[in-house]
Amino acid sequence: MSNHIRPNGPKPSRLTPERIGIYVFLIAAALFFLLPLFVMLATSLKTMDEVRLGQIFELPRQFDIGAWSTAWSGACQGIECVGVRSGFWNSVKITVPAVTLSVFLGALNGYALSFWRSSSSRILFALLMAGGLIPYQIFLYPLVRIMANLELYNSLAGIVLVHVIFGLPLVTLLFRNYFVNIPEELCRAARVDGAGFWRIFFEIMLPLSTPMIVVASLFQFTGIWNDFLLGLVFAGRDNLPMTVQLNNIVNTTMGERAYNVNMAATILTALVPLAIYFFSGRWFVRGIAAGAVKG
Amino acid sequence: MSRSYKRSFAVTTALLPTWIAVIVIYVGTMLWSIRLSFTDSTLFPSSNYVGLSQYAKLFATPKWWAALQNVAIFGVLYVLGCLVVGFLLAAALDRKIRFESVFRTIFLYPYAMSFVVTGLIWQWMMNPTFGIQASVRAFGWQDFSFDWVVNPNLAIYAVVIAGIWQGAGLVMVIALAGMRGIETEQWRAAQIDGVPACRIYLSIILPQLGPALAAAGMLLALGVIKTYDLIVAMTNGGPGYATEVPAKFIMDSLFQRQNLGLATAGATVLVLTVIAVVAPFRYAVHMRARRREGA
Repeated sequence: MSNHIRPNGPKPSRLTPERIGIYVFLIAAALFFLLPLFVMLATSLKTMDEVRLGQIFELPRQFDIGAWSTAWSGACQGIECVGVRSGFWNSVKITVPAVTLSVFLGALNGYALSFWRSSSSRILFALLMAGGLIPYQIFLYPLVRIMANLELYNSLAGIVLVHVIFGLPLVTLLFRNYFVNIPEELCRAARVDGAGFWRIFFEIMLPLSTPMIVVASLFQFTGIWNDFLLGLVFAGRDNLPMTVQLNNIVNTTMGERAYNVNMAATILTALVPLAIYFFSGRWFVRGIAAGAVKG
Repeated sequence: MSRSYKRSFAVTTALLPTWIAVIVIYVGTMLWSIRLSFTDSTLFPSSNYVGLSQYAKLFATPKWWAALQNVAIFGVLYVLGCLVVGFLLAAALDRKIRFESVFRTIFLYPYAMSFVVTGLIWQWMMNPTFGIQASVRAFGWQDFSFDWVVNPNLAIYAVVIAGIWQGAGLVMVIALAGMRGIETEQWRAAQIDGVPACRIYLSIILPQLGPALAAAGMLLALGVIKTYDLIVAMTNGGPGYATEVPAKFIMDSLFQRQNLGLATAGATVLVLTVIAVVAPFRYAVHMRARRREGA
């Protein structure tokens, strides 16, 4: 067996120049990836006097959380100075229902498309996948008109609906790929026992797909929370999500920019997706693998 | 009513919301937009057809050409950069590294953040008055210059750096998953023959990762065509037109310049670009599948 053949060169576990090189590369890369996070945090904890010294790589001399409270409740967008707090709650109000609805519909679609196949459902799936690749710009104007006619334009219900519609391709794909690997006999046996379409879905398939529900929810949550374009167009002034408000705070300020406040507001906006990522890393990676490779 | 009839009714009901979304939103609004691109619509849609003259006007607009040029530079460097950096990171992590999951978490976390956040972080890092340039000068290197983000000739490369920082982790995840799937026997055989590790990665591993990397590349390329938030947050298209991109040109024509005909013509060009990116990839996947069936 190959175990008995001594490989050329030293064992890989020992520190060789090659291993040292790999670690140097990885650590340098890690510094590059972490640097912006460090700079952002350090800047947010400095006073403006210190920020003006122009030394972004230095730790704050004294930690000052003033910028954080301003960012949360006092930073200005144009003439309105209310911070990102309302944006945070708007994002929550948009994201939670949109994730719930789109994941439910995605599961339902995936189930119907995997176990109740027909020629029309194949067409639906193909159209949906093609639609998922198209840039939003081609849909926007007519969609604004449709939403206005339904009296949903510039409303919470409207932006939720738009997110659900544009979330369908990805969630449907995730669930279809998940259900395809579940043996069809399971569904057939339940049918023989007299269970109908909905009973099989609610009592067998939905409980079976818990892992995918988690992955799809995490993915949709980050995606919708991070959205900028749809929120900008469809949410309306009173429901602007956090990303749009953040951009308004940073890029439309009159007079001198409060960089420490800007960075605090930026971190606050990134906080929810980051928390999701750090606490659910493995699930998040699974979602990427499931969504990306087949997409 | 027969049971099978009832069942097919249930399936149809379940898929109805998605059918409506696909027909009305995906197909309907797209056709509507394409139709508008052949009219002289400005603020309001008109039904006065003008043939291809909106397209002629579009391609006679210097700003549109600048946008195309920028997105080409950005697209090539961003996709290549993400692929190269992602592959190198994956190859390094594949060498039985300590703290692998810590490194992996560090390399992927930017991917969880929004483009708005990414753009704002790098705008601040590259701020010439207080950012990296000022810091390095403060260390004593007086002539150091890093003003890309405000330099019309270099601003687009600043966006590339931010993009790679955000997207390289995605390629790393996909490449690493692919490497873990390659049989260790091949590794052993090559190692016994005394082939250095970097050669093994280049001439054995890389070709096998081809399909996975191509999928990742296509995913990134589709992202390039949609690039909007990153630009809005980081440079807002400036200085001048230096970082203007088609998606932003279309949004501005739609909502600020009230030029519906021109905007929908631009959006139609974007859709055609997507088809040009996806079609060869789909064709390659299809041919591969057919060849495998033949073998």
